[in-house]
Amino acid sequence: MANPARYWREIPQRYRLEAGKCRTCGTVFFPPRLVCAQCRSRSFETVRLSDEGTLVTYTVIRVGPSQFADQTPYAVGIVELDGGVRITAQIVDCDFEKLAVGLRLRVEFRRIQKQGEAGILCYGYKCVPA
Amino acid sequence: MRDVAVLGVGLNSKWGELWEMSLRDIFVEAALNALDDAGVDRVDSIVVGCMTSGLFVGQEHLGSLMSDYLGMNPVAATRVESACASGGAAFRQGFLEVASGAADIVLVGGVEKMTDVGGDEATYALSAASDMEYEAYHGITFPGLYALVARAHMHRFGTTREQLAHVAVKNHRHGARNPVAQYPYEITVEDVLASVMVADPLRVLDCSPITDGAAAAVLCPVETARKLSKKPVVKVLASAQASSTIALHSRKDLTWFESTAEAAQKAYRMAGKRPEDIDVAEVHDCFTIAEIVVLEALGLVERGKGGQAAASGMTALGGKIPVNTSGGLKSKGHPVGATGVAQVVEITRQLRGESGPRQVEGARVGLTQNMGGTGGSSVVHIFETV
Repeated sequence: MANPARYWREIPQRYRLEAGKCRTCGTVFFPPRLVCAQCRSRSFETVRLSDEGTLVTYTVIRVGPSQFADQTPYAVGIVELDGGVRITAQIVDCDFEKLAVGLRLRVEFRRIQKQGEAGILCYGYKCVPA
Repeated sequence: MRDVAVLGVGLNSKWGELWEMSLRDIFVEAALNALDDAGVDRVDSIVVGCMTSGLFVGQEHLGSLMSDYLGMNPVAATRVESACASGGAAFRQGFLEVASGAADIVLVGGVEKMTDVGGDEATYALSAASDMEYEAYHGITFPGLYALVARAHMHRFGTTREQLAHVAVKNHRHGARNPVAQYPYEITVEDVLASVMVADPLRVLDCSPITDGAAAAVLCPVETARKLSKKPVVKVLASAQASSTIALHSRKDLTWFESTAEAAQKAYRMAGKRPEDIDVAEVHDCFTIAEIVVLEALGLVERGKGGQAAASGMTALGGKIPVNTSGGLKSKGHPVGATGVAQVVEITRQLRGESGPRQVEGARVGLTQNMGGTGGSSVVHIFETV
């Protein structure tokens, strides 16, 4: 179910890693928020996250949702980008045996999933070994 | 606030793939069992815990549906949702209604009808407990999210693959003594390690199953329970709830459930109890790693030692602190919205001394812990016979 508005409104984050930085305390939120969870400030500036980071934890999905059928099995991990923000992303172009906590990674723009019978393509970020 | 008691509890006669029973029938059967156990046929209010009947069977508005099919209109009836903690949150709402004096007798039930859809749709429905835009969008499933926790716990504390398996083995050993359980049979560590890999390092026997089922409890003031009931009166000593980030990746510590720790601290304070006072506990073992981290966050097991607790027998029947005597989510089944209420059913029966072959001798103080998503919400209750 790729509702166009729902997909479109996340594009700044999924295509360009745009985050919100609190003008008061400096905490960076991804995706951006309306109020800071640290200091309650409502004033933010848009910043771009680093596209390099480190693998914090990972798994290999052997039983996946239907939108990912053509990719299963695939690796997913939590990646701490340089600067400290963490994201969940697929780890691709990497043998499963080479996955390890601490692995250096780079963010790339990729196709994420194929939705519905029409096979609508949805894009975003995945990580590859740096 | 008034002191609140659990007057009656009930489950279905069997949990599992209940093909012949609808969402409403499953709920009403458990509710009638709880009303019979309580010895009442009228209530002031109904609270229904359910995670996602909309995605599983396309039905919302469960308050009206259940009040109608229980023949209890026009009482107030409302559904409460907090993902897999919906049952615990519903019980807490019922507790608050009685404690506040807003109602004298409240029926709390939890239900989930999960087998009317295929595995793929069920996976999708359950993923709605995670951040749909920033977790599920990238292909992570619920077993996958808990696999991330497991990997982090193994990396930091040296928790082993075998220790994870021991949680499932222990809970199946308990569940084999529970006729309601979906999978009431014992398994071995070897069985777990040879089962199909779902999301490394978690295998299918690390995961709770897809289950149809309901659970219900009747709450009233302690004074009323003393007049109405011939059974030992089980008092709700504490009811606490806390929240954490919806996305697992937003947590500083991936080996810890902050919402569980926070709810537990509040509950111990409210009850005037410490972890060492707990005689029996039902906790949210949706995956083997979950029980390990939860026991640490509850303070029942030392930090980092959750894996050893299952392997050493500390948390088994006969051990220092028996956990999930019902079989837990793993063996008894996990109809998500029902689970939190079913935990209350098990603890109430344990404290009344009604648990037969899985009775914890002399149990007086019990605890339940129910968790939504990857710990985005947690509900903790503490009970005592008075």
